[in-house]
Amino acid sequence: MNIEMRGINKSFGSNQVLKDAGFLLKDGEVHALMGENGAGKSTLMKILTGVYTKDSGTIFVDGQEVNYKNPQEAEKAGIVFIYQEINSLFDLTVEENLFMGKEITKGFGICDKKAMRAKAQEVMDRLGVHIPIDATMADLSVGQQQMVEICKALMVDAKVLIMDEPTAALTESETKVLFEVMRSLTAKGVSIVYISHRMEEIFEMCERITILRDGQYVDTKYIKDITMDDVVQMMIGREIGERYPHRDVKIGDEVIRVEGLSSGKKFHNVNFSVKAGEVLGVAGLMGAGRTEIMQAIFGNLPVDGGKIYIEGKEVTIKNPRQAIANGIGFITEDRKTEGLLLEKSIAENIEIANLGKVSGSGVLNPKKQAELVKKGIEEFRIKCFGPDHECNNLSGGNQQKVVLAKWIYTDPKILILDEPTRGVDIGAKKEIYNVINDMAAKGVAVIMVSSELPEVLGMSDRIMVVHEGEVTGIIDAAGADQAKVMTLATGGSL
Amino acid sequence: MKKEKNIGSMLGEYGAFIALVLLAVVLGIISPEFRAPSNLLNLLRQASFNGLIAIGMTCVILSDGIDLSVGSVFALSAIICAEMITMGMPAIVCICGALIVGTLLGTVSGLLVTKGRLQPFIATLVTMTAYRGLAMIITDGKPISRLSDTLTSGSFLFKALGKGNIVPLFAENVKIPLPAVILILAFAIFYFILNHTTYGRKIYATGSNAKCAKLVGVDTAKIKTSVYAISGFMSALAGLMMISRVNSAQPTLGDGYELDAIAAVALGGTSMSGGRGKITGTIAGVLIIAVLSNGLNILGVTSYYQDVIKALVILVAVLSDSKR
Repeated sequence: MNIEMRGINKSFGSNQVLKDAGFLLKDGEVHALMGENGAGKSTLMKILTGVYTKDSGTIFVDGQEVNYKNPQEAEKAGIVFIYQEINSLFDLTVEENLFMGKEITKGFGICDKKAMRAKAQEVMDRLGVHIPIDATMADLSVGQQQMVEICKALMVDAKVLIMDEPTAALTESETKVLFEVMRSLTAKGVSIVYISHRMEEIFEMCERITILRDGQYVDTKYIKDITMDDVVQMMIGREIGERYPHRDVKIGDEVIRVEGLSSGKKFHNVNFSVKAGEVLGVAGLMGAGRTEIMQAIFGNLPVDGGKIYIEGKEVTIKNPRQAIANGIGFITEDRKTEGLLLEKSIAENIEIANLGKVSGSGVLNPKKQAELVKKGIEEFRIKCFGPDHECNNLSGGNQQKVVLAKWIYTDPKILILDEPTRGVDIGAKKEIYNVINDMAAKGVAVIMVSSELPEVLGMSDRIMVVHEGEVTGIIDAAGADQAKVMTLATGGSL
Repeated sequence: MKKEKNIGSMLGEYGAFIALVLLAVVLGIISPEFRAPSNLLNLLRQASFNGLIAIGMTCVILSDGIDLSVGSVFALSAIICAEMITMGMPAIVCICGALIVGTLLGTVSGLLVTKGRLQPFIATLVTMTAYRGLAMIITDGKPISRLSDTLTSGSFLFKALGKGNIVPLFAENVKIPLPAVILILAFAIFYFILNHTTYGRKIYATGSNAKCAKLVGVDTAKIKTSVYAISGFMSALAGLMMISRVNSAQPTLGDGYELDAIAAVALGGTSMSGGRGKITGTIAGVLIIAVLSNGLNILGVTSYYQDVIKALVILVAVLSDSKR
């Protein structure tokens, strides 16, 4: 299927998000769509699939002008959008989700369970995924849920697939499976629009790339003709220098030491320590137990045994309040469900973690409140119309900056960051790296969990690798490479 | 980026107040009886019972809960006060005792929600039923009457609670009912708590995203328990004012009051899923309901029609709120 979008304009209120944007898609290609958060990638694709209506511009599909009024119409034409956010009903089973709204019936609205199960199994087999059809969605890992989403798209006979950050929550092996599926689909003439911030994946999978910046079309290139630096420069319109900024910090005394920490089947006998000014990267596959270890240190997950020492003294941490009192800050993996009060303002989000700082004997002090929030917005360069901006309406990168700001003003001695750059664009990523370096320079012990290996390698002093709840190794980042980390992460030894 | 203030969002924000003013103006034009100052003051007295309960309800709903037990707490605290009076205790002891009981009854609901991990709807459905039953058991289903005459000491204090008036120095013929004064004071206090204290912030944060609030160190269980305690206290206070006014206590008091309180909170634009809303909206909601009943009574509309009209007003207000 050929798609041609020309001169697309779209405004939300006074905010013009697309200005004369365009896009060309050929038969059977994987076409990367890149740009910073807020560049208009998703909006452009939502206009194509009828989620939004365009203000002006034209869309041709195989030479015919089209105007899909809703996603169902686009789906009928064979254009399917797989959203970044998982769009499932978590209380229902995999099968019920796959056939939501397109149940196979025996007539009179009676479901043909047998036929649906057979079809579901067939699609799963085609994808090479093994997810129990009767499992409840909520019981699956995020990666498995994402796979169900992809299966859902393939239930209809798609000619064009739009994938928005499909690998954000997938493990390395799940990503490989996904790429295999994508290749087999394109061999059958399916075209794929691939939206991602992961440069390595784009260079591996895509034939061409289209770049948007501030809602405008920048260029379309063949991947083989360009480098990653070219892409970055086109995306942000300037050079950002090194991807991982250099840090020159003198590493001090030990701040936190964890001994023999265990929690049920989640993780077992975890030992490590972090020094002042040091960044400990934590690598591992999805579900290896990295997040759980951090949740346990922060008192948000009960442990069976183990000790935590902070500055040499043993501490008891049974809930987040005690963790905070002991100088720990925790930037969680999922900023939408755990990191932010989404429907609240930037001000309220920064203040809630720092109530002591902005109040006197329980009464809020408007002057202190305004000062703290102003400082946060300026220091972290949060793009917003002011302190009252609702976090819901911020881009991913700016949301993450709000989370960073709220924790950093608690003056932590130990800062734990779980996937700090997930779903964040390159410009904002660099700013987050700078914040991490600043914290290290101030003598904070930093623990950074990340699934992006280049990031772990580029930012850490040492790397702790977790496999199925066990620490399989702690290595110096200087002598580490992707192969070594992956060996440990899959249970091998060096 | 700029935030635009258009007429639509202004209407949304002040919708309840605009509705209140329209309603009052229309009724005032139709009925001279309605606009008489003495009626308006009386209206405030009538609004005070639902008003106090609605304040507590606002706190509970903001924390992402609901309290169905308010009517039963209202009755049970009042009954306990009445029993203490018949035992010959001084008024001040009876009043404080009933307020403490109300607070404890609310706390029980709160603990069922936090420690018992029951959904607020179920937890307070349980306490609502149980408290009403207890009120019946204690009184054997019969009213306790002639309370102020039974009191040996402090009967003035008891009578003042529901029937008292405050006469301003500058206008000696104006009598402001004490319940109305208590209501206004309570609103002022809770306005301050919800908007200017860290405790208020914690209530909003808990209702908005309890997981996130817990991770930044808010003791969400304590906050949740405390809002039910507040709700219990406010219901008990309203109950005391009621038995003082009618000079007797019945176990069936306050039946269905939870619905009027929830309606007032909803009218005021507070989100039923917590975290969003304003106590000022609740003030408007309480007054709308009071103006409607008072006005329709004066116009001679029968109570059956009153309910339908009330329902329509709530529907229109909530619909216009969800459209913004």
